[in-house]
Amino acid sequence: MQPTSHAFAENAHRALADGNLQSALQRMRTGFPGRRAAAVARLPEFEALREQAKAIKDHVLAHLDFYLETFEQRVVAQGGAVHWCRTPEEARAAVLDICRRLGARTVTKGKSMIAEEIALNDYLEANGVTPVETDLGEYIIQIRKEYPSHIIAPAIHLVKQQIAQSFRETHRELDPGRALDEPPALVAEARTVLRRKFLAADVGITGANFCIAETGSTIIVTNEGNGDLTQTLPKAHIVLASLEKLVPTLEDVSTILRVLARSATGQEFSTYTTVSTGPRRAADDDGPSEYHVVFLDNGRSAALGTEFQDVLRCIRCGACMNHCPVYANVGGHAYGWVYPGPLGAVLTPMLVGIKEAAHLPNASTFCGRCESVCPMKIPLPRMMRHWREREFTERLSPPRYRQGLALWAFLARRPALYHAAAALGARLLGGLGRRHGRFRSLPLAGGWTASRDMPAPEGRSFQSLWAERQRRP
Amino acid sequence: MSAAREQILGGIRQALKRGPLGEAERGALIERLAHPARNLVPARAQSLDDEARLALFIAMAEEVQTTVTRVDSPAAVPAAVADYLSRHNLPSRLVMTPDPQLDDIPWAERPMLEIRRGRAEDSDAVGVTACFAGIAETGTLMLISGPESPTRNNFLPDTHIVVLRGAQMVASYEDGWARLREKTRRPDGSLALPRTVNFITGPSRTADIELRIELGAHGPRRLHIVLIADEGPAA
Repeated sequence: MQPTSHAFAENAHRALADGNLQSALQRMRTGFPGRRAAAVARLPEFEALREQAKAIKDHVLAHLDFYLETFEQRVVAQGGAVHWCRTPEEARAAVLDICRRLGARTVTKGKSMIAEEIALNDYLEANGVTPVETDLGEYIIQIRKEYPSHIIAPAIHLVKQQIAQSFRETHRELDPGRALDEPPALVAEARTVLRRKFLAADVGITGANFCIAETGSTIIVTNEGNGDLTQTLPKAHIVLASLEKLVPTLEDVSTILRVLARSATGQEFSTYTTVSTGPRRAADDDGPSEYHVVFLDNGRSAALGTEFQDVLRCIRCGACMNHCPVYANVGGHAYGWVYPGPLGAVLTPMLVGIKEAAHLPNASTFCGRCESVCPMKIPLPRMMRHWREREFTERLSPPRYRQGLALWAFLARRPALYHAAAALGARLLGGLGRRHGRFRSLPLAGGWTASRDMPAPEGRSFQSLWAERQRRP
Repeated sequence: MSAAREQILGGIRQALKRGPLGEAERGALIERLAHPARNLVPARAQSLDDEARLALFIAMAEEVQTTVTRVDSPAAVPAAVADYLSRHNLPSRLVMTPDPQLDDIPWAERPMLEIRRGRAEDSDAVGVTACFAGIAETGTLMLISGPESPTRNNFLPDTHIVVLRGAQMVASYEDGWARLREKTRRPDGSLALPRTVNFITGPSRTADIELRIELGAHGPRRLHIVLIADEGPAA
């Protein structure tokens, strides 16, 4: 998809005025954080597990070449295949090649953020293969021709009436008089429609939460069971994974799984955690005959060794967006690409370029909640600051902003001048604002005063008061 | 090997500011994989005796809408299954995996149960399977695929009934892995894992519509466990 991250400000304004979106976001604000807190409180070892989970991923990233090669070797030893792809184009082509060779007409898909990142559906569709999303949220946004607004709850921006309308427009073969007012009816209808798709699919595509080097296995974590029907019934199972999904052993992944569901949905454990290793065995009565792992780099390897390496620890739980005051008000689509929220603010500039995504690392109050709830302790605010620095050094920020910063920097490097200017400014503003005690508007600060008043300074600056106090005995 | 592969691996080494790993470092990593160490395992289920572990399993399973009937012998399983089906107004026709673990159960004593052994089809409303382990920590079932236990039987039927034995109960995921390693280790030390290992914690669910949890999204709407376990010594 074409990113619209450059239009974050416009996107956000539209989002704030969207009544359906705001009522959907209200539900999220009250839902996720409380559930996570309760789950964390129930497990005394949670903090220690977080530390260990972080250490495991740091270890993998430092030895990523070894773990990728080992993983590949073990996949091949079990009769599977690994496809290495530098770019979205290569990954899309790898998937299409497999589908073509098998004469596939329809493919079912479990939820995969990599598939979103490479815009796989549009590509398959254009090449004569029909993709069917089977995660309920992904199915809803597919029939609405949207993209996910949240990495674990793709349709969180919608209310049930919108979903019912989309079902009526799409499932035209069903009785138009049927009741679709409540979620149970919607879930049941999707189940019936998608069950037929599962049974008819030639190829099943899933993502991977983890790839296990020790065994050459891939793991998906779901609640619906759609990923399992997707990978079990068709002739071939294609796994889409980015390079950093590697984890050394089954023991290591057990540790990470303990922090994943609790951070994501507040569940003790997700309903289905599925470990897949190679194609069906010779004597098996079901399972795919082919097993392919398509690895996507798309700029990730270049982030190793940089100030952005830590984001490669991410396990895509969504806790950062669930706890972000900015996300909670504008929703995921405002971020203009597949990864929203604080994660998107760091990852999107890496994947589509800081020029397109310069707004995103600025769309943060730096309150730090994202980092405090991140199970992998990723310093998201710090990395947003690094992106802001890059934006500045690459001269991407608006001229007035840059001039203001340059003026401030000039003064900040000259403390005497700074104090004098600050004292003068405080006296000037104090004098002008004495009558009302505040300013409704100020030149050069229209953005600030648009939504609040600027209090008029009273008396002297902090610096001069401090200096006077120091002089007193 | 492909140019993309070489370029990606080379790029990783370059970004990490090193060449290929030295022999000693490689050896240490190979060793780490050959002898997987446990990380911190929560105390929750580990410190318990057998009976308390069963109780924890049942409590955690029921928390996520799994239902559990406890019986004291394989002979009591058919009646427990029949009772469950009639209590929920479910058909008495069921598909059962050809798993030998289910062979010591006297199914024929309940002629009302119409049983087909084999892999599940879309038309099967009720399925019965065995399992590999129960994990007390989170009330999780561990099931493995094989010729006698097709994976689809865990997902296609609307109602999934699982026969679990007390001896299959373990504390943690790590304990489950340990048992599976033991079962599947080849003489050369490598593992012959089954194609699929399913960890199942409750019936299928979704919260994709307005964050309301609804059961039966794609997999079973109902998950019922018949647990065969003698009562432990009276407390």
